Amino acid sequence: MSELSGLGIRGLRVSFDGFTAVDGVDLDVRPGDLRFLIGPNGAGKTTLVDAVTGLVKAQGSVRFGGEELLGRSVHRIARSGIGRTFQTATVFEELTVLQNLDIAAGAGRGMLTMLRRRKGVPEPVARALETVGLADLADTLAGTLAHGQKQWLEIGMLLVQDVRLLLLDEPVAGMSHDERQATGELLEHISEERTVVVIEHDMDFMRSFARSVSVLHAGRVLSEGTVAEVQADPRVQEVYLGHAAVGDTTLGDTALGDTPLGNAPLGNAALGNADLGDTGPELPDEPEPAGGTPGGLTGAAVQEVRGA
Amino acid sequence: MTLPTLFKDPSARAWTGVGAAAVALFAVAPLALSDFRLGLLAKYLCTAMVAVGICLAWGRGGLLTLGQGVFFGLGGYAMAMHLKIADAGPGNLPDFMQLYGTATELPWWWRPFGNPLFALAATVLLPMAVAAILGSFIFRRRVKGAYFAILSQALAAAFAIWLIGQQATTGGTNGLTDIQGFFGYDLDDPVNQRMVYFVIAAVLLLLIVLVRQLMHSRYGELLVAVRDSEERVRFLGYDPANVKLVAYVVAAGTAGLAGALFVPAVGIISPAMIGIVPSIEFVIGAAVGGRASLAGAVLGAIGVAWAKTALSEEFPAAWTYFQGLLFIVALAFLPGGLVSLAGIVRRRRASHGSGDAGGNMDGGRDGDAGGRADGDTVGNAGEEKAPAVPLGGAV
Repeated sequence: MSELSGLGIRGLRVSFDGFTAVDGVDLDVRPGDLRFLIGPNGAGKTTLVDAVTGLVKAQGSVRFGGEELLGRSVHRIARSGIGRTFQTATVFEELTVLQNLDIAAGAGRGMLTMLRRRKGVPEPVARALETVGLADLADTLAGTLAHGQKQWLEIGMLLVQDVRLLLLDEPVAGMSHDERQATGELLEHISEERTVVVIEHDMDFMRSFARSVSVLHAGRVLSEGTVAEVQADPRVQEVYLGHAAVGDTTLGDTALGDTPLGNAPLGNAALGNADLGDTGPELPDEPEPAGGTPGGLTGAAVQEVRGA
Repeated sequence: MTLPTLFKDPSARAWTGVGAAAVALFAVAPLALSDFRLGLLAKYLCTAMVAVGICLAWGRGGLLTLGQGVFFGLGGYAMAMHLKIADAGPGNLPDFMQLYGTATELPWWWRPFGNPLFALAATVLLPMAVAAILGSFIFRRRVKGAYFAILSQALAAAFAIWLIGQQATTGGTNGLTDIQGFFGYDLDDPVNQRMVYFVIAAVLLLLIVLVRQLMHSRYGELLVAVRDSEERVRFLGYDPANVKLVAYVVAAGTAGLAGALFVPAVGIISPAMIGIVPSIEFVIGAAVGGRASLAGAVLGAIGVAWAKTALSEEFPAAWTYFQGLLFIVALAFLPGGLVSLAGIVRRRRASHGSGDAGGNMDGGRDGDAGGRADGDTVGNAGEEKAPAVPLGGAV
């Protein structure tokens, strides 16, 4: 593997039929970072990754390790060391785990190698099998793997592909707590040698493993920094929690009881109820907010964001 | 190696299959069949060669090649043109040109086919070159699924119509008929007809071995990956257009060779043998037998071609309907073809054996389909897909 490279995005803009999904994003990910991209649904996170990987047309500039990526075809961008996963694990269901990894390792293979049968397990494939913990399942059809295992297989495919930048779209969605923990540790390990960008809705996961965070909202970067910095940013609170909470110095019952803080903003917000529920123990003495909202969650979330 | 282990190792099983096929084709068939029936078998084996290519392109690559008649025709006409020139003798025009044409000498594009080496090479290379050109346009424009099938079909129609329009140089609707000799051998002689049969059988076996090697190579694995999730392959740094192109070109080559050998076996090539209907018939055989398995596709092609002769002798009018029905039934209810029956029966037995209710078998099949649908999020939902057939089991 060559040296670490960083990602530099300038003025990135993506529109579909007049709707601007990504609206002038500037984003720098330094080499070896473990960056989380968060933001409400529709903020443009996945579209941003689509643009970087060449899946959608975009204006602006995306440079990785000094090379301009925009305008290249998908497979050329992949060959310049950028790999991604999708929200739904996309593995080759009718091939074995080993075959999946072998294909991922082979984009640079010559014609003669391609026309011959695979003999044994290539060394990088064996290493990736160990790293993602699927060595025992090497000969299993990928379609029969559990959901979490498929996600790990995808990460393993990126490793054998030897990408220098991993763009992961919700890698822990649908995983159990233990699986999330294992995935997070895996990502920390991977980011020692590669740059990792993770789109994630799971705030606990983000808090545990992010080295830096970018918050996207309505196609723009709203805030950027460490987890603590981002959580303290009033603009972030506004996006996640609605207008009433912001500018209100005391986070009183009134604010929480207000309709903007009610179901609508949170229902859409990416924070998701499950994550918010987890934060409950941090505010044992906070009074329950008034009003008929599913308030415990709301209160907890606001408190959590402000108090961090 | 004991018998049970022999049948577990896919490679050993494949070689056993090829060996058994060789015995059947070279020993049993010539002894058991009359010259007339052996000649018919030679014709069926040509269809099976086309099916070998379809198995690769459609079964493994998901490319529903509904226009293989084009390549079959290119190979067939290339061979027939040479044989007509040779039949006519030096300095003479082929018979139909003397009848219909106004030309006093061979058209320029006929002349190279007077050379036997050129003509032989052209039977394979011409279809492959045409497929390479067409394919690179089609796959780079990302034409796939049903659109690809319709386009292939349109090409077959266009080629047949063009041939019909060129009465003076291609023989028009009649095609190139009444072929007498094959590189100096008289085709009316039963001994030579037998030789043609042996050549066809040998070429078929060779193609099966070659294509099987291709299917089990790294390329073969990649082709299945492209079939099941083209976008994902692109993100791994491959250009799926090139992967599909190879399968398409190889399939065109097998079809061209089949067409070339069909000519001495049958003595004629005409637009009616390469248009839309024969193009669909090539696919039906593979579909009925099992498109993802070489053994299934080859036996299916021979079986359907045999059934066509047998049934159309008895019920000439009903055959077309029966054939259409066969295609629909195979695709709708047995997408893996007849070879998949064994697996289904085994699964059913296993589920009964373990005391599970019979519904389990449906669960198994639905599970396969459902799993694949999940993988489709990247966006090739319209793509043709073969049923779950383990890669090991071909031939």
